[in-house]
Amino acid sequence: MTYSYYPGCTLKDRAKELDLYARASAKALGIELKELPQWQCCGAVYPAVKDEIASRLSSVRALMDAEEGKLVTMCSACHHVIKRTNYDWNNDENFRTKATNYMKPEVPYDGSTQVIHFLELIRDEIGFDELAKRVVNPLTGRKIGAFYGCMFLRPGKALAFDDPENPTIIENFIRALGAEAVTYPYRNECCGAYVVLEDKQVAVNQVDRALHSAKAAGVEELITACPLCRYNLIENAVKETMPVHYFTELLAEALGVKEVQ
Amino acid sequence: MENNAKFLTETALRISGVNPRKCMKCGKCSATCPNYDKMEYHPHQFVTMVDRGQIEKLMESDSIYMCLSCMACVQRCPRGVEPGKLVEAVRLMKIRQQGMDHKGPRDIPPMVDEKVPQQLLMAAMRKYRK
Amino acid sequence: MQKIGVFVCWCGSNIAATVDVKAVAEAVKNEPGVVVSTEYQYMCSAAGQKMIQEAIKEHHLDGIVVCSCSPRMHEATFRKTAEAAGLNPYMVEIANIREQCSWIHKDMAEGTEKAIILARSAIAKLRNNMPLQAGTSAVKKRCLVIGGGIAGIQTALDVADAGFEVDIVEKRPTIGGRMAQLDKTFPTLDCSACILTPKMVEASQSEKINIISYAEVEKVNGFVGNFTATIRKKARYVDELKCTGCGLCMAKCPAKKGKNEFNMELDNRPAIYIPFAQAIPNVAVIDPEQCNKLKNDKCGLCERVCTAGAINYKQQDELIEREYGAIVVATGFQPIDANPLNELGYAENADVVTSLELERLMNAAGPSKGTLVRPSDGKHPHTIVFVQCVGSRCDENTKRGKPYCSKICCMYTAKHAMLIREKYPDTDVHVFYIDVRTPGKNFDEFYRRAVEQYGVDYIKGQVGKVANENGKLMVQGSDLINGEQITIAADLVVLATAIEPDPTARSIGTMLTSSMDTNDFFTEAHPKLRPVESPTAGIFLSGVCQGPKDIPETVAQAGAAASKVIGLLAKDHLVTNPCVAGSNELLCNGCSQCEKVCPYGAITYIEKEVRGPGVREVRRIAQVNPAVCQGCGACTVTCPSGAMDLKGFSNQQIMAEVDAICL
Repeated sequence: MTYSYYPGCTLKDRAKELDLYARASAKALGIELKELPQWQCCGAVYPAVKDEIASRLSSVRALMDAEEGKLVTMCSACHHVIKRTNYDWNNDENFRTKATNYMKPEVPYDGSTQVIHFLELIRDEIGFDELAKRVVNPLTGRKIGAFYGCMFLRPGKALAFDDPENPTIIENFIRALGAEAVTYPYRNECCGAYVVLEDKQVAVNQVDRALHSAKAAGVEELITACPLCRYNLIENAVKETMPVHYFTELLAEALGVKEVQ
Repeated sequence: MENNAKFLTETALRISGVNPRKCMKCGKCSATCPNYDKMEYHPHQFVTMVDRGQIEKLMESDSIYMCLSCMACVQRCPRGVEPGKLVEAVRLMKIRQQGMDHKGPRDIPPMVDEKVPQQLLMAAMRKYRK
Repeated sequence: MQKIGVFVCWCGSNIAATVDVKAVAEAVKNEPGVVVSTEYQYMCSAAGQKMIQEAIKEHHLDGIVVCSCSPRMHEATFRKTAEAAGLNPYMVEIANIREQCSWIHKDMAEGTEKAIILARSAIAKLRNNMPLQAGTSAVKKRCLVIGGGIAGIQTALDVADAGFEVDIVEKRPTIGGRMAQLDKTFPTLDCSACILTPKMVEASQSEKINIISYAEVEKVNGFVGNFTATIRKKARYVDELKCTGCGLCMAKCPAKKGKNEFNMELDNRPAIYIPFAQAIPNVAVIDPEQCNKLKNDKCGLCERVCTAGAINYKQQDELIEREYGAIVVATGFQPIDANPLNELGYAENADVVTSLELERLMNAAGPSKGTLVRPSDGKHPHTIVFVQCVGSRCDENTKRGKPYCSKICCMYTAKHAMLIREKYPDTDVHVFYIDVRTPGKNFDEFYRRAVEQYGVDYIKGQVGKVANENGKLMVQGSDLINGEQITIAADLVVLATAIEPDPTARSIGTMLTSSMDTNDFFTEAHPKLRPVESPTAGIFLSGVCQGPKDIPETVAQAGAAASKVIGLLAKDHLVTNPCVAGSNELLCNGCSQCEKVCPYGAITYIEKEVRGPGVREVRRIAQVNPAVCQGCGACTVTCPSGAMDLKGFSNQQIMAEVDAICL
């Protein structure tokens, strides 16, 4: 199976592992992630106002370039921005008209591309049961917590692939890899995000609360799909620290393809 | 309402798509906001103040840069008001003004370490300047 | 040529403010057939009716058009008026110039123009009207009550008191409903069981009341006065007549992992069980999902220990068919599922409970024998946080709950808070609220007492996050009055979850062709003036199935529903609606389409000799039973040959109306 793939800026640089492990794992699972030939940065922040047209165009281009009606994302931010843009395309006529007029494409985008996160791809197209069967190095005995963060699930109306308050996708993924999935209250709260440039202390507080909460619940290591969450959870951890991995790293490990990288 | 305030209010309502009249003043947004203590004006106040046309006060406040855009208030608002969208709208109204960039390309490099993901730099460009 | 009178009503300013009533009366004066056209402030008043009657006599009218409110409001009134003046009541037509005109228009010229069109249309119809004679049908003197909670019980008691037979059909193994689960009741703090169980006993001992428990209504046919219901009595695997309710089987049953529904699943019960000590009927029931004998044909212990020989593993569901004159819906409510609002931590934390769960935790017959303890560790909670409006008052698009106020939560939360502070003065109690709504006799006084005498801390704001940290529930909320975000370390969090109609309500509503709103509450015939009747004749509403209510309101409505039932059952015959379908024998081609679409089974086919111009042969033709036909018109639109027609709403009449509007 071949899927169009949007890696995003961070995965080409600071979060290379997120990408490399994903590609290796996908290969092991019989999936080819075909990178879009000419993708542009999604902008990392979704402009939540109706008259920001230009800053959403790169997402529209990615949506248009996707083959077979599906676009796989990996980074939480890209997933968030592109999926919300797609939602706008299908629900906000003003945006659709203006963006189309601006881009003047030969064939206008019809809004039909499905944005699917790599985890969704595994859940819906492979299945966690099937994934479990493919695992060669089960992560038995490891107590892993999911850090969903904010962008991955919210707003549920547009993202709409898991329950934003009661998510299960990463926990089921962890179980499929043979580890114990530990839930804790702050798994779907913000890591401090972009405000780290404005006031580092905010990120420190958020991270402290999340790590404290995870540790209290018995989490020994965290996984995330967001480079910024991982950065904050590691670099702004003061009172508590904990290993934080990209979910693809553990996937590659469980599938026995980590060392290939 | 004087003319400028009226114009600002209309702009905020138009670009955010938020109807502050849907608010039932329950305080859920400010209850769930992870950065409440760092904000001079809290999410529920954004809703009330926009409704009352007090946009200028909001534009002058650092609160617009302290919002994490984490959408907790958007997700959990029981009336679908989505206060976070107002914060976003007011911040954009501020930085869209000439010379009102909050942070520019020269301000940011000294603030970051080498491990900072590109995502953060991109986001700063989008959030702090036009 | 007919002599038609037109009477235009002002309805005070309701119509006259947007419709020039004088202009309407003037405009239709010269319509064919109209001999008198006039207006008056309140046509439905005694003076207005007298005016109509005098005009009928003076001008020898043979038909009248009243331009007024919806026919649902006053058609019956004006038909009576006409009848009293010697006119056939079906020679009255209503032009609805209020709901369909004045109330929805702002512009006087537009409103007036439309009112004139509506009046012309009604006149055109009336010219094609025929006098109709109503028939009668007998009334079955028996009432069906669906649901055995306090609403159903009270209605049944009141109907039985008037001497009529009542069947209560309850889907659970016992009657009692939600009220049986409650601890104390506001605002007087009477023990719920103490005031409910005597009524349950009274119902079970009444000669006129027949309780059919563990049963569901499966099918309902017929019409007001003549319903036929099919009731499925589920197999309880225990002979109701033999079981003495001794409870020995419960004690001996080795399968004790069944979720105790009565205790809101806070503890377990055996596979064979009696829901609670005062259950009625006091008869055990076997949960087939839990019972080893029924699942794997192993065990059989209950059968061996039962001295009454009541256990019967072979028992089958039983279908009961009965006829009823009236049906009362009393299907009640359930609390909503709090799991989707999981920032409040209900899914993961045993110590985040709903208010109904707290009722069981505080009840002497509950899982903790009335000692308030945390479900997680059995310890006494020292700090308790209540959260109000959980899943109530939500915008529907947010998918966070119900759009309505659940009405009872403010008061029961004040009750819980007060009772806890009284019994455990060392406990801190905080209540997060949006508004405290306490309209009701002695209600606000009650709430103030909770604050002023019992020291309950009311915080204006909501809760944004509940996080478990080493056993403490960190409740993060907003304190809007104080302008701060606060975090309370609580031992127990109680969610005042919204209430919603019982999940069976929708299917029952469909079965009864009784209309419901978008929230699955049953709609009343008139929101103010007919609050306990469904728009479907013969169907009555009792309790929360119609909308959120507390116990006093439920009991009042139950009594009101009963009085309406009694009024119906006291009649020997009902006047039937003469606006029924009829088939033109010459046109009918015997295709059976009408028979298939008739929801009431009113159409049969017969072989009959048909005589007409150039025709004399035996044919298969449709025949309508006018006593069963409800005049819905489904057959008339289905009939391919145009043979089927509805009296009072004939194709000719309707086309005349349409022509008057369009031509």
